[in-house]
Amino acid sequence: MSTIDSFAAFSFTRVGAMVRRYWYLLRSSWPRILDLIYWPAVQMLMWGFLQIYVSQNDSFFARAGGVFIGAVLLWDILFRGQLGFSISFLEEMYARNLGNIMMSPLRPAEFMVALMIMSIVRLSIGMIPVSFLAIAFFDFNLWGFGFALAAFFVNLILTSWAIGIFVAGLLLRNGLGAESLAWTIMFLFLPLTCVYYPVAILPEWLQYAAWALPPTYVFEGMRALLIDRVFRADLMVEAFAFNVVLFAAASFAFLKLLESARVQGSLLQTGE
Amino acid sequence: MDAQNASAIAVDALVKRYKAATAVDGISFRLAPGSITGLLGGNGAGKTTTIAMIMGLVTPTAGTVSVLGARMPDERYRVLHRMNFESPYVDMPMRLTVRQNLSVFAQLYAVPDIDGRIERLASDLDLTEFLDRPNGKLSAGQKTRVSLAKALINRPEVLLLDEPTASLDPDTADWVRGRLEQYRIRNNATVLLASHNMSEVERLCERVIIMKKGKIEDDDTPARLLARYGRANLEEVFLDVARGRQREVAR
Repeated sequence: MSTIDSFAAFSFTRVGAMVRRYWYLLRSSWPRILDLIYWPAVQMLMWGFLQIYVSQNDSFFARAGGVFIGAVLLWDILFRGQLGFSISFLEEMYARNLGNIMMSPLRPAEFMVALMIMSIVRLSIGMIPVSFLAIAFFDFNLWGFGFALAAFFVNLILTSWAIGIFVAGLLLRNGLGAESLAWTIMFLFLPLTCVYYPVAILPEWLQYAAWALPPTYVFEGMRALLIDRVFRADLMVEAFAFNVVLFAAASFAFLKLLESARVQGSLLQTGE
Repeated sequence: MDAQNASAIAVDALVKRYKAATAVDGISFRLAPGSITGLLGGNGAGKTTTIAMIMGLVTPTAGTVSVLGARMPDERYRVLHRMNFESPYVDMPMRLTVRQNLSVFAQLYAVPDIDGRIERLASDLDLTEFLDRPNGKLSAGQKTRVSLAKALINRPEVLLLDEPTASLDPDTADWVRGRLEQYRIRNNATVLLASHNMSEVERLCERVIIMKKGKIEDDDTPARLLARYGRANLEEVFLDVARGRQREVAR
């Protein structure tokens, strides 16, 4: 059956089954839920207090209120979005359930959509309380970004899913030997996408690499909003265009890695 | 209808190579609808790889596999909802209860009346009292029955079983065999059973395929194999094949 036929037979019922499976797992374990909130809260508090300290000693940062807190919250959308996707996938490998799933009528596209939904669920559990903590502690209202927040969110979550899909392909092909990538791959984006500083700080040759990554546009857009009070729609459109390319490339890579996993026989043996 | 389409499972000149190692080396067989066949062989004989290729989880290096007329793995989505499997290489998620696990798989297989189906299976496989217990808190025997319930959740026409009674005590294993036999007869299901348990194969299977080093060494009914090798049971036949005595014995 071709990929086109497979997509034509897309079933939201099967997607719902997988989401239910991950929801059962999440609600059965309070440490899993606590883990979703704990680290984003710690990060936000640390950067928030640093922001207060720096702004007391520098007029620029005093004017650019919340730029660190905004950066850390948006970074968490990117990082936690990918982690939420990849951890749900890893749960299948830890449970040795991947063979059952790959042998069921579930299509790869349905599996990926279920993981995307779970990434949003996990992100919401973690980030919504933390965004309210930011209001309480630092008078920083992420929700006050309005439409800009929606544009930032869409672009960041699309990047996180694209990376998550690629990592899932690597895990299928290489088993749990590739697990550490799921936890660390996004840190490559931390310096390159200029989360905490403008792109102009990078050496010129590295700026080309930075501008090829969609989150760079989001973080530049956030600084434009907080420092210059301007919403840069052009940056969001460019980010979206790069995201479309990245998402398509990741999906293609996933299908190729899945095909390779079938050739190598690694779908039943997903250990180290 | 050609022979390939008339068979529930058709395997033709199937080969699987992993770099230097040949796991399956040019095997061919056909399984008639409603039949039950045992796949015997020592460790590394190629049984699990053969079953994985029939399931569409592994792509053959050469040759073809068809299940219910669909070529695997390319046309797998035409038939995956009509087949199922149980294998020691997979588990059910430990933190989910038995009911939650079965309902997720029932939804994946688009089973109508999910609650009714789960209750019926639980009753058939003596799982009713464990339905709301996490899978991780069950004994090995109970987990095997849950895996079997998952394998039967969609009333499969083709059932692939890899060591279905491993880790079960003799009484429970015998009970599971009885349930499998009952299921096959009631549903006219085609069953391929890989096992190291010779008495299990002797009791359940109407045909036995013996594999060694990726090839089929023998393929016949249990009675004819016993007669040909002049042995009292399949275990002795298996040992003859495993130790390379079959040529002299069968001659």
